[in-house]
Amino acid sequence: MDYLRPASLSEVFPALAAGARVLAGGTDVYPGQGARIAGPVVDLTALPGFRGITRDAGGLRIGACTRWTDLAEAALPPACAALQQAARQVGGRQIQNAGTLGGNLCNASPAADGVPPLLALEAEVELVSVTGPRRVPLSAFLLGPRKVDLRPGEVLAAVCVPQAALAGVSAFEKLGARAYLVISIAMAAVRLEVAGGAITRAAVSVGACGPVALRLAPVEAALVGPVQGAVDRARAADFSALSPIDDVRATAAYRRSAAVELVARAVGRCL
Amino acid sequence: MIRFRLNGKDVGVDAPGGERLSEVLRERLGARGTKVGCDAGDCGACTVLMDGRSVCACLVPVAQADGAEIVTVEGETPELLRLKDAFLRHGAAQCGICTPGMLIAGAELLVRTPRPSEAEAMEALGGVLCRCTGYRKILAAVCDATPAGATEAPPAGQAVGCAIARLDGAAKVAGDVFGADFAPEGALIVKAVRSPHAHAEFGFGDLAAWAARPGVAGVFTAADIPGRNAFSVIPPFADQPAIAASPARFRGECVALVAFEPGAEARLDGFPVSWTEIPPLLTPAEAEADGAPLLHPDRAANLLIEGRVQKGDAGAALAASAHVVEGRFTTQYVEHAYIEPEAGVAWMDGDTLVIRACTQAPGMDREDTALILGLPLERVRIIPSAVGGGFGSKLDISLQPLIGLVALKTGRPARMVYSRGESMASTTKRHPAEMTGRIGCDAQGRITGLDFEGRFNTGAYSSWGPTVANRVPVHVSGPYRTPHITARARAVHTHGPVSGAFRGFGVPQGALWQETLYDRLAGQAGLDRLEFRILNALRDGDASATGQVLQAVGIGPCLEALRPRWREALDWAAQAPGRGVGVASCWYGCGNTALPNPSTIRIGLTRAGDIVLHQGATDIGQGSNTVIAQIAADALGVPVHALRLLGGDTAITPDAGKTSASRQTYVSGKAAQKAGGSLRAALLRLANAGQGATLTLAPGKVTVTEGATRRVIDLATLPTDPRGYAVSAEETYDPPTTKLDANGQGTPYAVYGYGAQLVELSVDPALGTVTLHRITAAHDVGRAINPQLVTGQIEGGIAQGIGLALMEDYLSGRTENLHDYLIPTTGDVPPIDSLILEIPDPEGPFGAKGLGEHVLIPTAPAILNAIRHATGASLTRTPALPHRILAALEGRE
Repeated sequence: MDYLRPASLSEVFPALAAGARVLAGGTDVYPGQGARIAGPVVDLTALPGFRGITRDAGGLRIGACTRWTDLAEAALPPACAALQQAARQVGGRQIQNAGTLGGNLCNASPAADGVPPLLALEAEVELVSVTGPRRVPLSAFLLGPRKVDLRPGEVLAAVCVPQAALAGVSAFEKLGARAYLVISIAMAAVRLEVAGGAITRAAVSVGACGPVALRLAPVEAALVGPVQGAVDRARAADFSALSPIDDVRATAAYRRSAAVELVARAVGRCL
Repeated sequence: MIRFRLNGKDVGVDAPGGERLSEVLRERLGARGTKVGCDAGDCGACTVLMDGRSVCACLVPVAQADGAEIVTVEGETPELLRLKDAFLRHGAAQCGICTPGMLIAGAELLVRTPRPSEAEAMEALGGVLCRCTGYRKILAAVCDATPAGATEAPPAGQAVGCAIARLDGAAKVAGDVFGADFAPEGALIVKAVRSPHAHAEFGFGDLAAWAARPGVAGVFTAADIPGRNAFSVIPPFADQPAIAASPARFRGECVALVAFEPGAEARLDGFPVSWTEIPPLLTPAEAEADGAPLLHPDRAANLLIEGRVQKGDAGAALAASAHVVEGRFTTQYVEHAYIEPEAGVAWMDGDTLVIRACTQAPGMDREDTALILGLPLERVRIIPSAVGGGFGSKLDISLQPLIGLVALKTGRPARMVYSRGESMASTTKRHPAEMTGRIGCDAQGRITGLDFEGRFNTGAYSSWGPTVANRVPVHVSGPYRTPHITARARAVHTHGPVSGAFRGFGVPQGALWQETLYDRLAGQAGLDRLEFRILNALRDGDASATGQVLQAVGIGPCLEALRPRWREALDWAAQAPGRGVGVASCWYGCGNTALPNPSTIRIGLTRAGDIVLHQGATDIGQGSNTVIAQIAADALGVPVHALRLLGGDTAITPDAGKTSASRQTYVSGKAAQKAGGSLRAALLRLANAGQGATLTLAPGKVTVTEGATRRVIDLATLPTDPRGYAVSAEETYDPPTTKLDANGQGTPYAVYGYGAQLVELSVDPALGTVTLHRITAAHDVGRAINPQLVTGQIEGGIAQGIGLALMEDYLSGRTENLHDYLIPTTGDVPPIDSLILEIPDPEGPFGAKGLGEHVLIPTAPAILNAIRHATGASLTRTPALPHRILAALEGRE
């Protein structure tokens, strides 16, 4: 069978063992292909439980094949605002209707729009194989451009946001050279927990400014404190963990300064 | 078997599950209304609804469509019907290639939100690219998709000036038949092997063994070309092979063809070609360096040509000027990025090779293809398909000789569809320019002199390099009185992409240099930037840089029309930091530069009483099918909707020249006016009636009414004329121009058009991003034959100007796709106010002037001038990407 679209997970593993390529929304698989995809393919989109968002006491579970539009239209807590804003800025509407969150993570582009918001949500990925599931923090799952900690025989089943990270509010800032259908020059997600006029916890992540998107601990530390002056503290914080490159979209120096600005604006929007 | 519902009908296909849904719809189910522009989800042309959600059909494995409800442009949902009607009414379809995708994306929105706001429409359609319209009419149509109002049907003699819906619009909103959309049974699939290097020697292995592989019908190389393997749009410069013999001179050059059997896996992996890279000359500086190897042995210093205009003594005038500015400007390679990649099919009809493909120039295609294939002209017939955008690049032949060769050699139909990457790599680009010079004025601000030197990277082959080199010096003064001028432009060969024609032939680049310098000069002279331009605007009776005394000059009135908005805009800009206002002008000579440029139009009355217009001006979306008919109908004196149109098929329609140089409304329009007038005269003669008589058509007869007198011409009693009609006329018009002398002096064009645009924007000081707020465009078109098509051209040209100014940057091998090569989306084009001025030209039909290229020229310099006004930063390079603007703000660039 060249193309398998199973309705049960048990059919996925033999296909993987036989070397099948994994397909979900197709938006990253088809570019560069001919009229059809060559080689054996296993399509995850008919698997039960792989699409949709559920919430329980432990937190949020987002099926790997959940579409961007599903995310954008879901009723989610304010902490997920950044993720929902990102969902509305991935490609155009057509890509949002087809593309999946799991695909975005496994494709591991340094400019993946889904990553910074999920890093700010302390997300973990649930990986399944014949030997059972394992959970890995998203920050550990992403190893580099086009490189993830996915072992042979494993598929990404879901993205999980722990209950504790669903507190506060978040915002996403994406910068590109045109309005829609644009690959980010830089982007930032910020999640803040505020109590009594003070920021008690901050999560700050920046994408497209290095091989993988990063949480920026020094910036987060600088943000904790009075709401007053938080934007300025963000601007003055240490962003040296970023390692942007020069490419056709922008220079490294520009990305570095833009990242600071995007974080500052996202902080401002959270407050 | 995969089963789904397609537009309400059950269908089943026996396709591999991993086949693209777009491929299944088009090739297995014959539903070719869905277009393919990129096969990567970057353009949205293939958008369909899957269970009510818009998706790019090129990214959907057909297995996922199993059991789904698919709606395509062929569908008739209530939303689609309302939208199609609104698109026609609003002139929202130009070439029509993006229209199916736009309609479907709009239909998804209307189900959710029946009366969307503009912002909602913008976001919903943000995933579909359009290169023609500038999106404004599309957004208006989606926001106004109400049940139909009656469309206007002007009576006899009143079509000119009327905003009738385009006559070919119904086909556009149904999913027109473009180059890739017609496939004779059993057609071979042709693929090109292309150079991955800018410069490389190459050799072939065992081609015979490859040709013997299952599914391969034939392999062809330069050795198989039966005629002259060299072409150019300007025959004396013929230098470009249809299929290169070693070496390849640019990345993307075709070196071999493989014809595959229909249904075979058309893959070129492992094709036996070996490459040896040779260091390429990538910039004109490298190409002009002492001892640089020559791309073409007969072109010393890799110089294709130098164009030159000299009037008076610019050096002395500048030395005596109160104020002088000096500056340079550099522009990038710009890709046409029409949404339709090149496509077509060739077949043999007896001894005649028939080629149906997208083109802007069927007559030139025929001549070049005949030469390359060694055929007499009569044995080549070109049938232009619907053209999904051209903008200059589809003037040059691309696949015509390739599919022609395969059809000729095999006797079988041969079909070819370029991939997006192939289209971008192998076809022409806008010339990158490096421009320097000085402009001076006297103490009162009157221009005294200008000197200019431009170096244009013309790439590996000649294409339209000579035209660019000649046009730039003629136009680089801008539409301003410039008593002393020295202007030179060199077209220099490199191993870069072939630079050719792109909306404006180098004039937009020259305007970037001149108009940005004008802002600095106005500042030095202490004058308002708009008033400075008005002071210097050419007026009737002034002489141009080529010494031509001009009439019907519209630039002063265009600039003056901007005055009220200018004052308001300056006030607006003063209210907040980061806001800026800019203005720039254009002028553009219509038609070939100082060369013959005829068009011929035929119009006939059948014995049944049908009026047939043989309209060979290729409509690439700009609207010549409609405009030429409006002119012909009024000249003849019949309602425009009474005309039956025949297209530019070289077997049935006389040559109306190429769709370029903003010439069709003026030149072919004038031929149509003359042809309509001749047919009218013939009918009046038959009825022995005077000029004031009216014609009334009825089956088999024409009634001629003059006062109380009515005469009926019974067409059935007339003999059939040599053209097959009861009565017919054919007229040719060639603009009265002269050659330019050694100093570039003469009358290069008979008609010029003029315009000026005002841009209001703001610049984000921290990110260097630009937000366009409004563009006001004043254009003198002489006579607006169809005002809706005029504003459609203005909006579309502005969108391309925005791209040139702010985002487009073609880098060979790096931005050969539509996600790295950025063109404006729905959200990047601000509201546009068009001010149409009509200063009739004595030469143009009903006073009309050309427009198509003019509209792009002022946009980019007006944007740069507004950025400078907003921030003080003078950018001397396009595109003004955010990082470059920020660097300029910080004084780093």
